[in-house]
Amino acid sequence: MLFSEKVTEQTAQAVSDTLHHSIADSTVTASAIEGREENLFTELLHHIHDGNEIELPFLGHVHLPQFELFGIDLSITKHVVFLWIAALLLIITLSIVAQKNKKNKVPKGFGNLIEVFVQFVRDEIVIANMGKAGLGYLPYLLTTFFFILTMNLLGLIPYGASATGNVSVTGGLAIIAFIMIQVSAIRAQGLGHYLAHLTGGVHWSLWPIMIPIEILGLFTKPFALCIRLFANMTGGHVVILALIGLIFVFKSILIAPLSVGFALAINLLEIFVAFLQAYIFTMLTALFMGLGVQAASHGEEHH
Amino acid sequence: MIDINPGLMIWTIVTFVVLLIVLKAFAWKPLIQALQSREKEITDALQSAEQAKKDAERMIAENKLAMEKANQETAKLIAESRVVAEQLKHDVLSKANDSAKKMLEQAKDEIEREKESALLQLRTEVADLAVNVAEKILDESLDSPKQKKLVDKVIQQLPKN
Repeated sequence: MLFSEKVTEQTAQAVSDTLHHSIADSTVTASAIEGREENLFTELLHHIHDGNEIELPFLGHVHLPQFELFGIDLSITKHVVFLWIAALLLIITLSIVAQKNKKNKVPKGFGNLIEVFVQFVRDEIVIANMGKAGLGYLPYLLTTFFFILTMNLLGLIPYGASATGNVSVTGGLAIIAFIMIQVSAIRAQGLGHYLAHLTGGVHWSLWPIMIPIEILGLFTKPFALCIRLFANMTGGHVVILALIGLIFVFKSILIAPLSVGFALAINLLEIFVAFLQAYIFTMLTALFMGLGVQAASHGEEHH
Repeated sequence: MIDINPGLMIWTIVTFVVLLIVLKAFAWKPLIQALQSREKEITDALQSAEQAKKDAERMIAENKLAMEKANQETAKLIAESRVVAEQLKHDVLSKANDSAKKMLEQAKDEIEREKESALLQLRTEVADLAVNVAEKILDESLDSPKQKKLVDKVIQQLPKN
């Protein structure tokens, strides 16, 4: 974790450096507007960063309460607000849809759309990766899919923000995925077999090498989930903001059609990416859970 | 952007767990149930439709068979009745012919018999008449055997009818 954190930090530094560089090159009098560039860049990142205030139409910036508990900063930040907005949206719409679909024999409109997704997650993700035994984990995977999808899409609307563009949020989701992957494996194989799997089935003299590797392997999967989702959601936003930022960098209205056109195209791409990343996160979680569940049936061959 | 915020992580996990519990009760259960019951209904409906189709096909085949049988029966009946009618016609005709022939025969016989008796009667009548006439003409000039001979001769010369 620590190592990759460092790497990502370095990468971010490099990205910001090059961005600064290109901005400096493109302006005519670089030194004169150095301060403004700094402003522009922080302004750009401000939209992606978590913060202690949210922007609302007509009301402007609204400060959010901050507090600590047992030494942990549990402030309600912008992304926490969007987590809750996504959760509330889901609870309200899905409860209504569920009630409607129960009454209607043939679901229509939005209810039908939701059902298509539910059926897709059930048939193409859960049953395809985990078999019928995985149906017990269907609510968890459905929640993961819809929660991530809603958070992704919230970042595309004005005044919105993608909570999934924050590594702490995706990290939280990955921790849950990690727990679910281990729980499903232990439940399917039994604790003994689960622990035995950590030895990789090699001679006991190799255990000191094998066990750390296997344990590391357990963490890499959810860690990849976390970084993939975070990077995809952040990347799209940075591209859109950079394209819009070009207008201010060149200080020319002539660049606006190009910027807006490209930003629109990226926005459309982002809609696709929002669905795709929700799907990939859910699908990979199901796949990793499925590996553990299926290992139960092959367990005897190894030992 | 990269720094991990444990508070946010905790909020994420808490929000997710609450969301999972609420959605499981209010959304996923009814949604999945509705989906499953509809799938079952559709499967059942398809199966019953298949069954109905099979039944209909069987019934059509049966009907076809029955119709063919009926047609054959009718054809047979018609053929049979035609034969019977032919036979009947033949019988009636031959019977009629026979009776007509018989009647004709009878009539012919009757006529023959009548003619015979009439001729016989005429013969005796003529003989007597001739004898009387001859007696009167010859006035016993001839003896009886000659007389007879003569009479016979006359009779022989008489036309048969």
